Amino acid sequence: MTRAKPEDDEYWNSSKFKAFTFDDEDDEFSQLKESKRAVNSILVDDDDEDEEDVERVSWSGEPVGSISWSVKETASSIRSGSEQSFPKIDTTPSLSKQGSGYSLSSLFKGNLHDLSPEETVRRMQKGRAFSLEKFCSLQDKLLLLDEAVAVYDGNVITAVLIFLKKSLSKEILFRELMARDVALRHYVHYLKEMGEQKLVVELLKALGRTEDMALMHYKEHLNIKDESRRRDFLKSCLSLPFSQDDATHVQDHYTLLERQIIIEASDKKAVAEIFKKFPRKASILNMPIITTLYYSCFYHYGESEGTFSSPSNIRKTFRISEKQYILTALGARAKLKSWFDVDSLFNTKNWLGYTKKRSPIGFHRVVDILHKNSAPVQVLQEYVNLIDDPDLKLSGALKYKCHDIVINTYRDLKDRQQLIVYREKLERDSPEYRKIQELLNNVQIRWKN
Amino acid sequence: MASHLFCGRVNLNILREAARKDLREFLDKCSGSKAIVWDEYLTGPFGLIAQYSLLKEHEVEKMFTLKAGRIPSAAVKNIVFFVRPRLELMDIIAENVASEDKLQPRDVHILFVPRRSLLCEQRLKEKGVLNSFTNIDEYILDLIPYDGDLLSMESESSFRECYLENDQTSLYHAAKGLMNLQALYGTIPQIFGKGECARHVANMMLRMKREFAGSQTQILPVFDTLLLLDRNVDLLTPLATQLTYEGLIDEIFGITNGYVKLPPEKFAQKKQGEGGKELPTEPKKLQLNSAEELYAEIRDKNFNAVGAALSKKAKIISAAFEERHNAKTVGEIKQFVSQLPHMQAARSSLANHTSIAELIKDITTDSWLYFILCNMVRNAHLNMPDVFSQTALLSCVSASEDFFDSLTVEQEFMTGVDTDKVSTYIEDCIAQKDPLIKILRLVCMQSVCNNGLKQKVLDYYKKEILQTYGYKHILTLKNLEKVGLLKPQSTMRNNYPTIRKTLKLWMEDANEQNPNDISYVYSGYAPLSVRLTQVLARPGWRSIEEVLKMLPGPHFEERQQVPTGLHKKRQPGENRTTLVFFLGGVTYAEIAALRFLSNMEDSGTEYIIAATKLINGTSWIKSLMDSPEENLP
Repeated sequence: MTRAKPEDDEYWNSSKFKAFTFDDEDDEFSQLKESKRAVNSILVDDDDEDEEDVERVSWSGEPVGSISWSVKETASSIRSGSEQSFPKIDTTPSLSKQGSGYSLSSLFKGNLHDLSPEETVRRMQKGRAFSLEKFCSLQDKLLLLDEAVAVYDGNVITAVLIFLKKSLSKEILFRELMARDVALRHYVHYLKEMGEQKLVVELLKALGRTEDMALMHYKEHLNIKDESRRRDFLKSCLSLPFSQDDATHVQDHYTLLERQIIIEASDKKAVAEIFKKFPRKASILNMPIITTLYYSCFYHYGESEGTFSSPSNIRKTFRISEKQYILTALGARAKLKSWFDVDSLFNTKNWLGYTKKRSPIGFHRVVDILHKNSAPVQVLQEYVNLIDDPDLKLSGALKYKCHDIVINTYRDLKDRQQLIVYREKLERDSPEYRKIQELLNNVQIRWKN
Repeated sequence: MASHLFCGRVNLNILREAARKDLREFLDKCSGSKAIVWDEYLTGPFGLIAQYSLLKEHEVEKMFTLKAGRIPSAAVKNIVFFVRPRLELMDIIAENVASEDKLQPRDVHILFVPRRSLLCEQRLKEKGVLNSFTNIDEYILDLIPYDGDLLSMESESSFRECYLENDQTSLYHAAKGLMNLQALYGTIPQIFGKGECARHVANMMLRMKREFAGSQTQILPVFDTLLLLDRNVDLLTPLATQLTYEGLIDEIFGITNGYVKLPPEKFAQKKQGEGGKELPTEPKKLQLNSAEELYAEIRDKNFNAVGAALSKKAKIISAAFEERHNAKTVGEIKQFVSQLPHMQAARSSLANHTSIAELIKDITTDSWLYFILCNMVRNAHLNMPDVFSQTALLSCVSASEDFFDSLTVEQEFMTGVDTDKVSTYIEDCIAQKDPLIKILRLVCMQSVCNNGLKQKVLDYYKKEILQTYGYKHILTLKNLEKVGLLKPQSTMRNNYPTIRKTLKLWMEDANEQNPNDISYVYSGYAPLSVRLTQVLARPGWRSIEEVLKMLPGPHFEERQQVPTGLHKKRQPGENRTTLVFFLGGVTYAEIAALRFLSNMEDSGTEYIIAATKLINGTSWIKSLMDSPEENLP
């Protein structure tokens, strides 16, 4: 974009700056030549380790002699009992930026003050000495930025942005970045990388990207370990300009943690029977809402709706669907083998006062869950009977050995052969066995086979 | 150990050799004995280039993993850091350097891979250690030869960076890598592309070429065509479960830098006289590439055809061993013995793959349950009290059919069945607390196949996910929306059916045993990306202009001048060579499909594949997630 001006040509031709002309030695051209040489030398320069036909492999499968294998091997001689795992890298970026007072140009020696933006960028790309100091006017700075963007090299773009950040006022920089999308993205990325959260938030605000800003702020909660501080932080998020949906979710997140802190505090010292019989193995803090509901159905079932820890309160506060509620409560109560509670979960009274069993989830799934919690046959049988789909019902009955249901089903299907087969699986003289026997002897039934 | 690189149409070993040469040169720059301190992430990619023996020849005596504190003592003249340009690593290096013994100074060097970073150097300066380095250099490792027809940048987060964070640094590296490739293999005369990133890479390449105009390579072009494809042109393919052998290995166990780690039980060698030996508990690690004859033969097959191939091989090998009974004369015995090593290698390779196939079969048929359970315990619910996780496990109903059910739902989505309502299967999976990534894969797939979900359906899924897996996943859901994997339906018509029909993405009668179409890799679904590649070769993109317009980003064609005298004179019947570059990652099933096209009798084109990274649905979705405390599979 910036054409070389006559002065530039003069610069190249003057001997004064000879030290900084491109010496052909490490130019791209010579690199290409080098690559070509490499190519030509390959057949001659074939090596050593490729001779082995069969690879030697250590048990852990790392080929013996591979780099990752050797890192362990050569290091192991001096490793004295220290833990083997890779160190946890502390990703929280240091915030102590002040007083660094660096200038990028001072990183490098040389007085390269007369280079065009184009040349400067080229030098930066090649890791050679350069100076940004001479780009004083706003216009020059922007030319430099545009040139960096034009070569797409993120490394160079970032370096120029750092220079601009130091030498321009925030307002002007933001204004100019708004018209330069690529540079703007790199800038946001750079700020995030450096942990300059505040500035990012400010920038996003200036750009009108308020929702991004809100989410970015919210994300910070992941780095807060202490639960009370996390709760307070979430509270401070409530007023942020989230989308309508997200605002609800963030509100729920806050409410949930607030509740969990209260429940945790009281349950830690709880003395009720259930806590002794089934000691808690972990805290409920930061668990998802469905897990919290399960916990509540396990330890706080039957509490009145007024208490924070009661299932009904949680269900209502967090608008949990009937399906999810039933599934969760069923899991918890079946785990405790409270078949009575299980029963009442599905009981509904109609206007005549009769109770009838209804479920928002298929009864075949109810049966599976009950079986997994080793429910007795009588309980299982009742629910297998409630399965609507006849095929599912039969397969459920077969799977869980609900003999009566199996027998009645075959009887209704008038399937004599299946009854005979099934009889063989039963213990001789058991009541079921006898029942089949009776059916088979019944001359009134018109068998289909 | 690079024999796998020779076997393809293009000798990718040239690239490896060039990389090794650079490495040697750098090592020699730091004269004297040295210790390398590794950014652990890099050992995998470097393993594809060199082995320890090469380093040792250049006086590398010790190797350590980069970690905070002091570098373990070692009597060497030089300490060399091999690191990615990352700020957090700079902090560790600064700490290392600062705690070096002042009385016995050693030369310290730093090698940035793949590129120097001014930002990192600045950080080192801030920490007051920049002047301690004798050498600061970069090792350009853009495109790493992975197999005979496969190059990877091994750049894990490239999709996230390009499409979510709008950081195009990895595209710059891709362009640089392509320039380097052209320096070795000649100018590629034709460039095609589809997508924003593709356009961007092509622009960079053209600009870079202009910049060193005059330094034309005098190499006969090896590649006829370069096709640049954006991953976001085809968001669907990685979401589908790959059904090739290699694809399934990757889906289930994960292949990293060409290695897979497997549960050890099936690999315990039964050696006589060692009865009662305890089973190894460490995972079995195997290298997977085409150097292994058997693997090269079966990896791209649909898994349903692998069993037959293995048993056929078993017969051949046991017949070969039987030959010993026929060996009567000394000469015959001698010949038999000379073949033994090869036969034994073949036998152990067969044993390994039979074990792997068994493991996969267990999971895809009866023990899918076990797999889910292990995953759940290991990952998502690690912190849960026992009672919770058990219940979660217990509620995995009829899980033996789960793999099959999941595939059925995927296939329904891909054929456009019921994509506009809430799927009861997904709902059930959420209720069972299946791994979140599985849920996200399915929901995203439904969204992609419906060109966005109805607002009501989307809201429902979101609510269920947040309630079951935690509100913090708001962030992840937002990320998926930003990259277009999850979106509300716009007023625009759902154009997926048109795309599907025009490109024949669904083939009813996919033949898994003797495939006649690429759709065999997903048992019916033909990967969109590979269809685009296929159509480009014949009859050309002009025939699908309409569909190309429906897919995101521009499509384009560029030509690069080839120096006179270097124009390739194709023999009649000689195949063209096309390099397909996937920006944002490629799956093993897509690679299998491209290999299938290369091997087709009348295809006329052979493909070399390059990608920013080898991905699968799980690793891909994981890279877009936003909750660091969770180490999902």
